[in-house]
Amino acid sequence: MALEYDLLNENVKKCQYAVRGELYLRASELQKEGKKIIFTNVGNPHALGQKPLTFPRQVVALCQAPFLLDDPNVGMLFPADAIARAKHYLSLTSGGLGAYSDSRGLPGVRKEVAEFIQRHMFVVTVCFPHSDPELIFLTDGASKGVMQILNCVIRGEGDGILVPVPQYPLYSATISLLGGSLVPYYLDESENWGLDVNNLRQSVAQARSQGISVRAMVIINPGNPTGQCLSEANLKEILKFCYNEKLVLLGDEVYQQNIYQDERPFISSKKVLMDMGSPFSKGVQLVSFHTVSKGYWGECGQRGGYFEMTNIPPRVVEEIYKVASIALSPNVSAQIFMGLMVSPPKPGDISYDQFARESKGILESLRRRAKIMTDGFNSCKNVVCNFTEGAMYSFPQIRLPPGALQAAKQAGKVPDVFYCLKLLEATGISTVPGSGFGQKEGVFHLRTTILPAEEEMPEIMDSFKKFNDEFMAQYDNGFGYSRM
Amino acid sequence: MRRFVIGQAKNLIDQTRRRPPQPHHHNNLRLLSLLRPPASDTTPVSSPRLFSSSSSDMSGSDSSTSSLPVTLDSINPKVLKCEYAVRGEIVSIAQRLQDDLKTNKDAYPFDEIIYCNIGNPQSLGQQPITFFREVLALCSHTALLDESATHGLFSSDSIDRAWKILDQIPGKATGAYSHSQGIKGLRDAIAAGIEARDGFPADPNDIFMTDGASPGVHMMMQLLISSEKDGILCPIPQYPLYSASIALHGGSLVPYYLDEASGWGLEISELKKQLEDAKSKGITVRALAVINPGNPTGQVLSEENQRDIVDFCKKEGLVLLADEVYQENVYVPDKKFHSFKKVARSMGYGEKDISLVSFQSISKGYYGECGKRGGYMEVTGFTSDVREQIYKVASVNLCSNISGQILASLVMSPPKPGDDSYDSYIAEKEGILSSLATRAKTLEEALNKLEGVTCNRAEGAMYLFPCINLPQKAIAAAEAAKTAPDAFYCKRLLNATGIVVVPGSGFRQVPGTWHFRCTILPQEDKIPAIVNRLTEFHKSFMDEFRD
Repeated sequence: MALEYDLLNENVKKCQYAVRGELYLRASELQKEGKKIIFTNVGNPHALGQKPLTFPRQVVALCQAPFLLDDPNVGMLFPADAIARAKHYLSLTSGGLGAYSDSRGLPGVRKEVAEFIQRHMFVVTVCFPHSDPELIFLTDGASKGVMQILNCVIRGEGDGILVPVPQYPLYSATISLLGGSLVPYYLDESENWGLDVNNLRQSVAQARSQGISVRAMVIINPGNPTGQCLSEANLKEILKFCYNEKLVLLGDEVYQQNIYQDERPFISSKKVLMDMGSPFSKGVQLVSFHTVSKGYWGECGQRGGYFEMTNIPPRVVEEIYKVASIALSPNVSAQIFMGLMVSPPKPGDISYDQFARESKGILESLRRRAKIMTDGFNSCKNVVCNFTEGAMYSFPQIRLPPGALQAAKQAGKVPDVFYCLKLLEATGISTVPGSGFGQKEGVFHLRTTILPAEEEMPEIMDSFKKFNDEFMAQYDNGFGYSRM
Repeated sequence: MRRFVIGQAKNLIDQTRRRPPQPHHHNNLRLLSLLRPPASDTTPVSSPRLFSSSSSDMSGSDSSTSSLPVTLDSINPKVLKCEYAVRGEIVSIAQRLQDDLKTNKDAYPFDEIIYCNIGNPQSLGQQPITFFREVLALCSHTALLDESATHGLFSSDSIDRAWKILDQIPGKATGAYSHSQGIKGLRDAIAAGIEARDGFPADPNDIFMTDGASPGVHMMMQLLISSEKDGILCPIPQYPLYSASIALHGGSLVPYYLDEASGWGLEISELKKQLEDAKSKGITVRALAVINPGNPTGQVLSEENQRDIVDFCKKEGLVLLADEVYQENVYVPDKKFHSFKKVARSMGYGEKDISLVSFQSISKGYYGECGKRGGYMEVTGFTSDVREQIYKVASVNLCSNISGQILASLVMSPPKPGDDSYDSYIAEKEGILSSLATRAKTLEEALNKLEGVTCNRAEGAMYLFPCINLPQKAIAAAEAAKTAPDAFYCKRLLNATGIVVVPGSGFRQVPGTWHFRCTILPQEDKIPAIVNRLTEFHKSFMDEFRD
């Protein structure tokens, strides 16, 4: 055999990606056997019944079949503003959806993204540099962008990337694939997953003492899987830290539309950085990521996203462009989704009311679901859960009794994997064990999305509670719990 | 030759150093395009070392950036090393000219830029296949399927097909991530299409759908390459995706030369020789990449040749990476496309005998849907533990885009006789393919008429790759301009005619020979003008430089 397992690239073997790992595969098997599975393992809203927003789908359908635009009856199926938008986006392409675009994405769409970024920052300050379309690259989803940037930063295992723990496993998987070193910093669960800069200092010092050159820091804001929103003050500390320690900040801001409380609205790292002024605004290198997969759009299947680079020298931008060009171009229909996301219908447009109604409906329902879920978990024995301030996930801690730890050991499973598998078999709820995201030793979690349909939510939480009660009754022999 | 290139690069670097820092410029790309990746050479260290020593100077010249964590001298050297000429310097110049043309029309002897650098048919006016786009539109906005007016605007079989596809997608949700290998029902359709093509069974579980064929190639390189000790046999000339991907993954490209004199023939003796040569340098060759029909060379392999290649891989224990993205693009009656899987199976070789990966894309063929980023790889002859690793790597990126997946299933299961759209589908398809054949022939004949130019016929794919016998005077002028001679020629061609082609050095070539790659994709009505401009330019070029 030409390609034996033993001969595979070690970095590939090392890489782990739990979101689609053992639990997901088992869930798929059970589904094939006819069991009803509630997939809460991936933030994939449309798979759980969320309806796509109408307006962008109309525009993209017209771009897919541009001959419709010449049909006198097109007005019977499409509103005039969707038709106008389709014409607008087609005019930005060089041959419709079927032609490769510029490897960085259509210039016209990048300009719309730059205007969007600009608009959002403009609210507070008047005088700061324009967001530059030349520094915005469209990508096939945010993951591709993260991979491109990390590929540029990581030279070998001597290069470390600061990553929050718990983290979204894209980061750990990509760092392993590229042969770099993940340098963890722990979020404080008792402080609602707060990010303490002192922890960062410790992590960096420890990595450096091991000869690792720490080159970049990842923040996920709002947090995945932890759901916290970073405050402006906290972001300032982080940016100062990056400035002092010479770290590139990778700001994963894909959940920026998903905010479920009013105390801490989303604020972008770029805006905070620009507000800080000199020397930080010119001295911190920042790459911010966004996507069409999240927010109230949830268009995961389109694979659309962008990243914006700040203070990255032109020659490095050229190198990133070169690597992007090897993949020719991101898919064009997702680029148009991105254009629509950053410039949605405005008040007065024919489709505005419907668009506003649909998007508000989704966000308000998500807000209610976030609450139902947190409350549900907190009402269960040995389960504690921080409130989902943002993003799409609930990340409850499960205090596993010693009996359960022992049973897991006997089954040859990590304790939280053991718990999640039992949960799956008993209820059909497919979650991801906390070990897939990283957690403090001896502490166990699971991640579930808050995406099941709102009307199904009470039933799901009841069935979880029933399972958990039985599980705890079976394994809790009164000798205490795993430590917090 | 090598010394020459390095000398050029040094000169360019010196020049760059003297130049004040220029924001948003392409100096660096230009520089890179002159440096060969080291793998093909016996002196692998010289060019990266040259590059890294120079790059620190270069970033140092930009004092405002020197204190930043990521600068040119601190990024991944593998990134610096890779190159991709199809979108390199000449294209940047062309884009600048195009912008300038808008306001400065009278300054140029041409009124438009004709991009013959890249296989991007729809950007040059090729129309998409109507049926495919109807189905995609319906899947993009599924509410249309409930409207009665839809029946007036869409063909009935496109409506049926959209329903059928939606039924295969869990929850009919085209906005959801799919299985990381692609939607199962669509993979079923692809497997059935492969079976119909080859006459041998195909398993939907062997299909991994990807955003275009390129990510599939990257995935395989990632799996196969651990270090520069791992080699991949690649044709020279080659499509630079291979050299770039190997460089990015830190492996060694082991070249095998196609024989231009025999119509870019692939000789097994050459494969053996290069394999032995690599072994003697301590390189373990892991795979053989074959592009059939060839890019940039346009040859279609004979079945007999393919059998020898299969046997060679089996005997040497190499993974066969079969780039078959041009399988629908065959223009000559005496050649036919055969998939490597069909050839291997017809020799009686099964899963246990040969590891084979076949790449297919929706960007090529008669459909040319480049912007959709759809494709798949069919992976056979791997153990289940290796397959799991491929799945895992695919899953990190979640899934490929759904409309690309739908389109990939459609090109492998187009309308059948009797379907409402069948006649128009066939007319569109035949129209495109026969026109491509005509264009290929016309351009080939025109090129062969030029002084000192010989051009093999384009049996398939989308390119012509003529050999230009450049006069010594032109080579000297190129050297003086610190440019590779073929790049020099291509730049002159661009400036005189607006025609964009890619210098042969971007694909590599036998040292001392010079080529360029030109697509056959401009619309047929533009071909005569292109031929005229090209002929005129070449004549004046030769008049200027003839020895």
